[in-house]
Amino acid sequence: METPVYPAHNYLTNGHGLKSWLLTKDHKRIAILYLISISAFFFLGGLFAVGIRLELTTPQGDLFQPDTYNKFFTLHGVIMVFFFLIPSVPAVLGNFLIPPMIGAKDLAFPRINLLSWYIYVVGGIFTLFAIVAGGVDTGWTFYTPYSAASSSTNVVPTALGVFISGFSSILTGLNFIVTIHRMRAPGLHWFKLPLFVWAHYATSLIQVLGTPVVAITIVMVFAERAFGFGIFDPQRGGDPVLFQHLFWFYSHPAVYIMILPALGVISEIVSTFSRKRIFGYSFVAFSSLAIAVFGFIVWAHHMFVAGITVYAAMVFSFLSFSVAIPSAVKVFNWSATLHRGSLSFEAPMLYVYGFFGLFLIGGLTGLFLATLGTDIHLHDTYFVVAHFHYIMVGGAIMGYLGGVHFWWPKMIGRMYSEFWSRISAILVFVGFNLTFFPQFVLGYMGMPRRYHMYPDEFQVLNVLSSGGAAVLGLGYLLPVIYLLYSLKYGEVAGNNPWGASGLEWRTQSPPLTENFLEVPTDIPEAYEYTPKVVREAKLV
Amino acid sequence: MGGIPLFPEAASSFASEVDALYLFIVAVSAFFTVAISAAVVFFAFRYRRRHPEEIGAHIEGSLPLELLWSIIPTIIAMVMFAWGAKLYYEMRRAPAESLQIYAVGKQWMWKFQHTGGQREINELHVPVGRPIKVLVTSEDVLHDLYFPSFRTKIDAIPGRYQPLWFEATKPGRYHIFCAEYCGTKHSGMIGTVIVMEPQQYQDWLAGGGSEGTMAERGAKLFNDLACNTCHLDSGQGRGPSLKDIVGKQVELAGGQTAIVDEGYLRESILNSQAKIVKGFTPLMPTFQGLVSEEGLAALIEHIKSLSPQAAASAPAPVPAAAPSTSTPAAPAQGARR
Repeated sequence: METPVYPAHNYLTNGHGLKSWLLTKDHKRIAILYLISISAFFFLGGLFAVGIRLELTTPQGDLFQPDTYNKFFTLHGVIMVFFFLIPSVPAVLGNFLIPPMIGAKDLAFPRINLLSWYIYVVGGIFTLFAIVAGGVDTGWTFYTPYSAASSSTNVVPTALGVFISGFSSILTGLNFIVTIHRMRAPGLHWFKLPLFVWAHYATSLIQVLGTPVVAITIVMVFAERAFGFGIFDPQRGGDPVLFQHLFWFYSHPAVYIMILPALGVISEIVSTFSRKRIFGYSFVAFSSLAIAVFGFIVWAHHMFVAGITVYAAMVFSFLSFSVAIPSAVKVFNWSATLHRGSLSFEAPMLYVYGFFGLFLIGGLTGLFLATLGTDIHLHDTYFVVAHFHYIMVGGAIMGYLGGVHFWWPKMIGRMYSEFWSRISAILVFVGFNLTFFPQFVLGYMGMPRRYHMYPDEFQVLNVLSSGGAAVLGLGYLLPVIYLLYSLKYGEVAGNNPWGASGLEWRTQSPPLTENFLEVPTDIPEAYEYTPKVVREAKLV
Repeated sequence: MGGIPLFPEAASSFASEVDALYLFIVAVSAFFTVAISAAVVFFAFRYRRRHPEEIGAHIEGSLPLELLWSIIPTIIAMVMFAWGAKLYYEMRRAPAESLQIYAVGKQWMWKFQHTGGQREINELHVPVGRPIKVLVTSEDVLHDLYFPSFRTKIDAIPGRYQPLWFEATKPGRYHIFCAEYCGTKHSGMIGTVIVMEPQQYQDWLAGGGSEGTMAERGAKLFNDLACNTCHLDSGQGRGPSLKDIVGKQVELAGGQTAIVDEGYLRESILNSQAKIVKGFTPLMPTFQGLVSEEGLAALIEHIKSLSPQAAASAPAPVPAAAPSTSTPAAPAQGARR
């Protein structure tokens, strides 16, 4: 086996200085810009979580003022949802990988791609302004009439920030849809596409169709607050519950914007680290589309105690179960893929194993909330908090981190510490469970969410949860250190360090600005593992 | 379990059924979590890579397996759905003989009014073994009236009444929480529900306020706001007679019909042009801002008292000054439905 050489010419060396980055049209450089910005928001959002967990170690609410605490959980939610989770996998990994995966030089609209990053940054600046100006305390859900009439905090700049960043999401989705339709290499038909691309296609549909609705909703809150429209004010014939319908019509599908791309990542990693085709490829592909479609017709399951009729509640409960089935199908297919594979356990696969545990628990605890009889008790308690963290953090972030570790050698051309990356994957898994599992119990015990103080009997579980958060925080900080270290000191990765079969592994690491010197023509089936693929990967 | 409790007190007629459904879903979830985790961990050992050039077996998939693992979860999900829907249906339909209480959420307190005239803040006294229906609304933003020990809650939404009911089964003191975020002191908007033996409850009622029953206060308001000038009992006034209307269907100007209940009465007072009874001109002004939530509830109780048949199915309001020696009506009516 030859020692790989770091390529002298690649997208990182093609242009130097800040300007070459800020005016780039290269999807890979734009992905790096996103990586830096969403990481900054992730740690900012994490800082607010530290404040929340510190406060909740004692029942009295003695560390921060109630208003400060309320701003902490609001900003934690706003930043993590709109400025980290929604862009995370698509804007970083999707942006970087969709073109090389389909044998293209770039996305269909490179300038729009750069524009979407600038829009994201402008949206972020509005939100940062809101923080500096004193924060916002409505909760990330902006429920009316509190947000429209009662809160005296910076609702308008925050809402504008979310509104603006939504356009970034729409443009990215549009770009992906057109790229996947129009830019595939000759011979790369839909059923040869990696499942990562299928997942992004489904996600993009939600982004394009759903995001305008939340934009309209935010404009309505803005109009209500700034000009007193009365859309949500019952005293003037408005309806506060209308807001919830509009908000969740986007924000429930938005959950799938966060999780579907991560599910795509899982398919890639499972296949590579078992050197085996994904079991039931077409079922996994179509389950992404099914989740995207069903995701649009379950929104009112957030409103079972908010005054919808008994029969509406039954319909939405029924439909919510229907979205559980395609998710279950994916899990079964991944597990079956491992059967008779050739499994190895580097950091990306450890993240996938962690993902299995967390996504299983996250998905199954959704059943308690889709079930009407138990949701009445559990709604708006810590059970809900635990459930969506298991999905969004356990599912989406495990997928995102797994993906970053999987494609880091491709993106940077160097390997990170194998030892420390495994330690970090294990710390995240253990810390996560310690943090959030106690919250299921707290929820069934009846502790409502967004509580600054709480009765004494909830303290033991809250202390456990805060202790776990410290471990989790360490697990998130470690990669920053060893990934940055690898930039300079990491071993040279070579084109295909994992012996993966995707087209993106055929080009050099880091790739050239054009990705490929020639358009790839001999397109294999998706996930085709033969002894030749593996041998070639190791020898190049 | 040693130090960490897993369940709140089970103190309502629903509590054990909600807990049973919860445990059923826990069992299903635990089964799938353990089964899949065991499988992937077993595969990790059994199929670990033994040679750097080893590749996995070529397997496309299996239609029978896909069907199996789609259909079996669907069936299990349908059982959960049906069980949950049945329970929800029961939890959302208060028995006709329920004792009625009005609750108003306000930043940051819970105000309760009993039909007998007693008022409480952040405390609610109820008798054991008798269905209690709470009509919940809000004066400002959204709140949510949550009784963890009764396993039930409902949002308090400004501008409408939302019904919640329960039947307490165990005397004691239990938490009341606000479960919908409502601003600064959201976590301070908590209280205590005190479930009492019927005799104690009667004693408590007897020690209550002296402002008269809600219906009596409502009758006074009815005159003060000059409702009586148009709503004549004879039906000859500018507004329809309010006698014997509660629980009945009325024909509206647009050809639709409406059932007269608390929600309809509330809307007709505050948003008087919304539903006009057939044959009447829309003359009535809105009373939005002129009558408080407490006053509104009193007016509605007064109008309900004008429909004795409808009231007959519900227990008669207990006057505030009722002698404590009166036979408690509660145990006899304690049985559900």
